[in-house]
Amino acid sequence: MSAATPSVQEVKKTTCYMCACRCGIRVHMVDGQVRYIDGNPDHPLNQGVICAKGSSGIMKQYSPARLTKPLLRKPGSERGAGEFEPISWEQAFTILSERLAKIRATDPKKFALFTGRDQMQALTGLFARQFGTPNYAAHGGFCSVNMAAGMIYTIGGSFWEFGGPDLDRAKLFVMIGTAEDHHSNPMKIALSKFKRNGGRFVSINPVRTGYSAIADEWVPIRPGTDGALLLAIIHEIIAQGLYDRDFLVRYTNAGQLVNLDAKSDEFGMFLRTEVPEEEGCFDPQNKLWWDRAANKPVITHTEGCDPFLLGEFRLADGTPVKPSFQLLADRVKDYTPEWAEGLTGIPAATIKRLAYEMGVTARDQKIELPIAWTDSWGKEHDTVTGNPVAFHAMRGLAAHSNGFHTIRALAILMSLLGTIDRPGGFRHKAPFPRPIPPCAKTPNTPLAVKPDSPLDGMALGWPAEPDDLFVDEEGKPVRIDKAFSWEYPLSVHGLMHNVITNAWRGDPYRIDTLLIFMANMAWNSTMNTVEVRKMLNDKDEQGEYRIPFIAVCDAFQSEMTAFADLVLPDTTYLERHDVMSMLDRPISEFDGPVDSVRIPVLPPTGECKPFQEVLIELGTRLKLPVFVKKDGTRKYRDYPDFIVNYETEPGSGIGFLAGWRGKGGEKFMRGEPNPRQWEMYAANNCVYHHALPKSYQYMRNWNQGYLEWSQRNRITRYAEPILIHLYSEVLQKFRLAAQGKGITRKPPAHLKQRIETYFDPLPFYFDPLEVQATDTHKYPLAAVTQRPMAMYHSWDSQNAWLRQIHAHNYLFINARTARLAGIDDGDWIWVESQWGKVRCMARHSEAVEPGTVWTWNAIGKAAGAWNLTPDANESKLGFLLNHVISEELPAGQARISNSDPITGQAAWYDVRVRIGKVGLQDTATTAPQFEPLKPYPGQEERRSLWSYMKGAVK
Amino acid sequence: MHPAFSVIFLTTLIGVGQGLFLALFTVESYSAFGLLPPQPSRFYALGSAVALGFLVAGLVASFFHLGHPERAWRSAAKWRTSWLSREVIVLPAFMGTVCLYGAAHFSGFNPVLATLPSGAPVNVTAMLGVAGTVLAFALFVCTGMIYACLRFLQEWHTPLTVINYILLGGASGFVLACALAAVAAQEVSGFLGVWAMILTALAFIGRVASLLRNARLRPKSGLRTAIGIKHPHIAQKAQGAMGGSFNTREFFHGRSAAFLKRVKWVFLLLVFALPLGLLAGGFASAAFFIQYLGLIAERWFFFAQANHPQNLYYQAVS
Amino acid sequence: MTQLALVIDLNVCVGCHACVTSCKEWNTSGQAGPLSDFNPYGANPTGTFFNRVQTFEVGEFPNTETVHFPKSCLHCEEPPCVPVCPTGASYKRAEDGIVLVDYDKCIGCKYCSWACPYGAREIDEQQKVMKKCTLCVDRIYDASLPEIDRKPACVKACPTSARLFGDVHDPESEVSKAIRESGGYQLMPEWGTQPANHYLPRRKTQLRIHEDELVRADNPLKVDGKLPKPAKAEPSLDDVTSW
Repeated sequence: MSAATPSVQEVKKTTCYMCACRCGIRVHMVDGQVRYIDGNPDHPLNQGVICAKGSSGIMKQYSPARLTKPLLRKPGSERGAGEFEPISWEQAFTILSERLAKIRATDPKKFALFTGRDQMQALTGLFARQFGTPNYAAHGGFCSVNMAAGMIYTIGGSFWEFGGPDLDRAKLFVMIGTAEDHHSNPMKIALSKFKRNGGRFVSINPVRTGYSAIADEWVPIRPGTDGALLLAIIHEIIAQGLYDRDFLVRYTNAGQLVNLDAKSDEFGMFLRTEVPEEEGCFDPQNKLWWDRAANKPVITHTEGCDPFLLGEFRLADGTPVKPSFQLLADRVKDYTPEWAEGLTGIPAATIKRLAYEMGVTARDQKIELPIAWTDSWGKEHDTVTGNPVAFHAMRGLAAHSNGFHTIRALAILMSLLGTIDRPGGFRHKAPFPRPIPPCAKTPNTPLAVKPDSPLDGMALGWPAEPDDLFVDEEGKPVRIDKAFSWEYPLSVHGLMHNVITNAWRGDPYRIDTLLIFMANMAWNSTMNTVEVRKMLNDKDEQGEYRIPFIAVCDAFQSEMTAFADLVLPDTTYLERHDVMSMLDRPISEFDGPVDSVRIPVLPPTGECKPFQEVLIELGTRLKLPVFVKKDGTRKYRDYPDFIVNYETEPGSGIGFLAGWRGKGGEKFMRGEPNPRQWEMYAANNCVYHHALPKSYQYMRNWNQGYLEWSQRNRITRYAEPILIHLYSEVLQKFRLAAQGKGITRKPPAHLKQRIETYFDPLPFYFDPLEVQATDTHKYPLAAVTQRPMAMYHSWDSQNAWLRQIHAHNYLFINARTARLAGIDDGDWIWVESQWGKVRCMARHSEAVEPGTVWTWNAIGKAAGAWNLTPDANESKLGFLLNHVISEELPAGQARISNSDPITGQAAWYDVRVRIGKVGLQDTATTAPQFEPLKPYPGQEERRSLWSYMKGAVK
Repeated sequence: MHPAFSVIFLTTLIGVGQGLFLALFTVESYSAFGLLPPQPSRFYALGSAVALGFLVAGLVASFFHLGHPERAWRSAAKWRTSWLSREVIVLPAFMGTVCLYGAAHFSGFNPVLATLPSGAPVNVTAMLGVAGTVLAFALFVCTGMIYACLRFLQEWHTPLTVINYILLGGASGFVLACALAAVAAQEVSGFLGVWAMILTALAFIGRVASLLRNARLRPKSGLRTAIGIKHPHIAQKAQGAMGGSFNTREFFHGRSAAFLKRVKWVFLLLVFALPLGLLAGGFASAAFFIQYLGLIAERWFFFAQANHPQNLYYQAVS
Repeated sequence: MTQLALVIDLNVCVGCHACVTSCKEWNTSGQAGPLSDFNPYGANPTGTFFNRVQTFEVGEFPNTETVHFPKSCLHCEEPPCVPVCPTGASYKRAEDGIVLVDYDKCIGCKYCSWACPYGAREIDEQQKVMKKCTLCVDRIYDASLPEIDRKPACVKACPTSARLFGDVHDPESEVSKAIRESGGYQLMPEWGTQPANHYLPRRKTQLRIHEDELVRADNPLKVDGKLPKPAKAEPSLDDVTSW
């Protein structure tokens, strides 16, 4: 060992971006090269720890897969072949701005901008809106929109960025449908503390990996049946009286009376004392309870009144009514544990025990904190109380076509246990809670899309009723992905997974230019990969590409970049400014809002340019209003300048960053631009953390002090209490429209049945749509993926260290299931769904339930992609499950997205497959195979030996 | 273990060298006591040269095993604890002795230093021969102990390892000596042939004994102690790397059990059965050639059969 | 006498590999580096790592435990790898018990790796010397680092703090307490190597629900009249007994 001690010459702080977790990091530099990246101990999110990905940032920075020059597809070469010639940025901007200017002047919706997990949706969304196109979304639709929508439409907040389990105080933690996923390091920190404090951890998952590994109990469940389990638990909680009645009465709509007059246009709606002008999105407190003492209807929250939660009543005019809790109880009456056992594979006794554990822990281990607060109705409370049962859920629940209702059921269960924004339960994070649904709306007419004008409304929003849908007079979608249409009314994150298919088919219309940022839509981020790749390269009868122009911005050579006409090289996270903005998805903590930034620690490699700079430059060239001065000249020098000086409206004082606003940085949330804002972030670990007073930290849906603070700081428009929607009037409004009732728009005939069925105001269980459309005798097994902890989707196969951990992937099969199919451990097999098949290797496992097969997500790669050699494990031995998943399902004569009928959430985990050993003539290589990609101009050569030392090759 | 050819050649080649030297000195001793007719010194000189050739070849082979052969001199440092270090000291000492022994015979410089009470003269070559014999045995012990001292390599951790190194080295050396005698000392070729057959037979017994022993071995370590979880069903799913590692390259032979079995029968045939037959038929050169090939297979098998407990941690990837 | 060591808590290790790459990252540019990678972008990529996380399945479905198992040099108190080294390159430090390799003395004979039952050593195929965990000896005594950073990189990185670091000979240290109180054990005790590193086993928290906890005086169903009382006219013992 050499005696020389490395001298760490410089330590720069910024924010990690090896996944979407956004930990604080310290980058230790030697002679301008990265020597070591570790967690920043002073950062609230990760408190000094770092994960495998974060520790491998060096290998991302210096990866040969990096794109370093703008590239134009060689004339005459096919899309997908990856034949490019380098061009200058000036040429790239000219090509793009000329093309986009023409589109904007004629029909702005012919430009579509879709982005991956980019952490800059505030800016990309602003650009799209300013451009005037409705065709913008990020990856949420194929990620976890059910989780966001299902919970936000129920409790006004959601997991991950917007809320999470309070494991500091919980006694029982139930994780369902989560492997390692979102919020990775904070979750790991919390789980460890929770276990060491003696908490009980139950994991419900078809597979036992990752976090589930350390659960005190693993409850294997069949994929897509979580809703049945949750409804059965709700059944048991209600049957045993284990719900928190006081909480339900005061903080939810459980006691509100529902009109059950089937003939009324108001059928299924809450009764209201009067109908005020409903301006905006708040929920006026004008509903009725049936008071127990007076035995008559009273306005909710009337002092001294206590409503019946159960029972059936008649108003003076004879209208039959029931409290919504009674409707819930009616709904779950037949959802017994015995019924759920048949669907979930979980013994009824286990389901009951789980319900009892939750109910008894919630009831008997109450937490009481000496924190005085005042609720929205003016009642003062001496203490904050809590029921220490916490939940966490993610894509395992979300990525099913029945996921929205499953997640509603989860949110309702959490509410029944009285655990919303209380210690030991679920806690919100700013800017949540927000009204149900939040205020932002899309336009509701195609007239909002006008040449040379910004879009009149947001491209993404939160519909509260049919009139909020973004459809034309015939009810046809305005957006290319058909989001906010009758097909998927509450598709609040869009349906990126259908953009290519829709644009290719010209349904609802053809587009001209598709700009993709950081999403691998020709591989792991698309379903039906083989066909989608053909669509990207398909030409019409005139010999024109069906999608005439595709531009892709990415830092790495991916399968998607190969299909681009124009490739724009993005920087890595170490080379750019970024903001984790309150306008997007900040990194708030339970105790208050937090936002953070990235500050470059290295100059851009080659000609790399951050995508933000590209957008600002394009915006300026296109003279989009916010990017230019009145006289049409450039308004913002660059992205950092934009971040400091941009305000949502002139003088609003609201910008991308909430910290150190005001001339001298003395203000928070609102304040005039502060020219030294970046420096102040830099001096403070790149993070702004505003801890709320203790009395504002809990019960925020109904906490007068908090809601007024939030309103004053313009986090929310209104300060009305946010009652939990056990019963969802929003859904009922759509159902009424489908039934032809009321004055709102009505769905087109062919979708009436669909809307009426799925827009049920109470959660219900149905087999996922794909399962309904599958011969399950022929295709008996559910096939799902899990994200490994040491990889971020497809992103890290170019990382020399991380790819050694996951070089290729196997299909994990329960050992018994495999043996019954004659499959030995390690055999090559075919996995076949009704849509396609893939050849891969089998691995026996005892940690997967017998009806499920699974693999790690996105390890398999196309040959030569990510600048790996064509014989790399990823493309020869690894496989992509996406080949057997379809982006569409047959719907009568037409086809409809393979998604949740409410939210458009991609139903990744609904596919059913069969497995079988390969024939003797089959080679021991994964199939399908694709023509290997060649390295692009400007890419570094692939080393065959790398001895990394302080950036030098020794 | 992964059988490295450098070590296979090292151990087999020096074994031949040691055995050959022992054969030469056996002949000389018998001659000294008048039990065999005296042999021309060119026989000893030639034999020593050939033995030295094998020893040098073995030494050269060993360098291929080292990451830093230029630092090989450092390896004499830890002779107090390391059998490898001891081997590194004994091997050159033995080579030097063989060299001197051969040189003394070649030059005819062989003054009588003393006379035993029996009248047998104690000359220089006898002294060198005794020293060489001691060193040859020491070297066998060192080489054998390099393997036998690793207590968790249970297939090796037995006196049979040392015994078999001695017997196999001795047998191959005597067979070669017999072949040399056919050229340079025909009078003793019969004597050497008999000894070669005896040693080959003894080696057979020793090697079969170790095969029988190893077949009955119960691994002392299992996954239960390897990861400290007391459960009858433990299966590895991932070892932390999928493209292989030092641990998968160094400690696995990468061949099937059937292949191993075939190698075993091949070496039993080549090392023992055929040479015995050929020696009986007087085809000493062929016997040596066949036996040496067999020894390569035997040594390959010796390494491959050793099951390192670290392998418990490297059973599966996913 | 001090014996530094890691105590790895399998009860909280989720198998995230943070310790694996943070170790690689620190050490490839540190005194022990570089840690070379062969075929980093090709078939069967393979490199030198001091620490690996392995996965085992224990039991049969549905009673399966998935165990993530980090493994690095255990810094044995009786390290079998040390005496066999012919050059003295492999040594155990008297002052803190860390087992190290002096790269300048190492001849790359790999004999020490044969003598380690745990497979804790890996030769660097480029430098041709044996490498292994150093417990980040170039961090833990570096006075230029703040106190909280004077820990092995893996310990600092570990998100679940499953890696404890300290002196196992000091009965009052965090690691000794953890070993004592949480059933810390050594790997392959049958070889008498006395590994300094210990592992803490899985520990389960169970919840017992007593039957009477399911019924309660304040059951909310009563409030809404859903725990019905029997009608007065229904037969009862009062009707038929008279003592």
